[in-house]
Amino acid sequence: MIQKHEQFRLLMMKALDGELSPQEETEFQQFLQEKAFRREWLEFKQLKEVTQGMKFKYPPQEVWDSYWMNVYNRLERGLAWILLSIGAIIFLSYGLYQLFHVVVNGSELPLLLRVAIVALVIGTAILLVSVIREKLFVRKRDPYKEVQQ
Amino acid sequence: MKTKTNDWTSVNPSDEEVSTTRQELDERMLVVRSQRGEKAAFGELVRRYMQRAYFTALGITGSGEAALDLSQDAFIRAYRAIKKFEPGRPFFAWYYQILRNLCFNYLRDRKRHAAPFSEIGESRLSQISDVLQRPDEALQRKEIQEAVWQAMNRLKPEEREILILREFEGYSYNDIAGMLTIPVGTVMSRLYYARKSLRDQLSDRLKDPV
Repeated sequence: MIQKHEQFRLLMMKALDGELSPQEETEFQQFLQEKAFRREWLEFKQLKEVTQGMKFKYPPQEVWDSYWMNVYNRLERGLAWILLSIGAIIFLSYGLYQLFHVVVNGSELPLLLRVAIVALVIGTAILLVSVIREKLFVRKRDPYKEVQQ
Repeated sequence: MKTKTNDWTSVNPSDEEVSTTRQELDERMLVVRSQRGEKAAFGELVRRYMQRAYFTALGITGSGEAALDLSQDAFIRAYRAIKKFEPGRPFFAWYYQILRNLCFNYLRDRKRHAAPFSEIGESRLSQISDVLQRPDEALQRKEIQEAVWQAMNRLKPEEREILILREFEGYSYNDIAGMLTIPVGTVMSRLYYARKSLRDQLSDRLKDPV
């Protein structure tokens, strides 16, 4: 019985989507002699009629006109971001190394100034990371992102 | 349809078959050129499939902005990974794997606020009033479409996906099987359960057909 029902379901899907072969059509018509199968078929057919009448709105032509350009720009910018990041990492590492030298070995600087420099650098770094993280988090989860102001 | 004769040279492929084969060859060339780093060739692939990609993502995510962003992002990822792609295979089926992962991640990361269907969809036909309980036409049609869309948004993402691919995008069972890397029988079975879930959710909206 389960196998019979399974066979009917598959034939019904093909019937709804116009993919029945003539032989399957005959088989399907035989199934429809049974009241339960016929009822299910009519229900699914009705649903199909509704969904058939729906389609997505076509966006403005400019979306398609600029589509590839946007992909291209993002592709290029991807490389630019990688290069920029590499440069920034090297630059920052060198800067921190120099700063470390000044703070640790710079005997001419008063201790208070050294502490101030360290506090300033650490504070800025924490603040920067925190703001970036918050922005990324909000951008990802903001439910009103698509609401136009 | 091929003409059966004894002489193999007179086997005539239909115009449709010739066109499909040409398109496949053309696609293969574009893929090979893209693998060599020719962005213009990849651009052709993008132009060829951008609408399919956008509308499928729109159906899954329910957001026009996300569909545009994710479909473009998927093309970027596809370009970066194109050297791993085997040129003989259908490009869109491969690309779709990337797109669907992005769409599903988007749905997982963000509690969905899908746009109502009236914003992203419209009527294709004017036959829907036949199956409504009340005979008021345009308004009824809008209502039932809105209800269908809301019901679709309550389905599991996999159920919604297969309905979008078949009902809205009109892919064949074979195409869907290739895109989701599942057997054709599973496609039909998934379609059955997705349609059943949708029908169950709309039971109070639709007439008793018997």
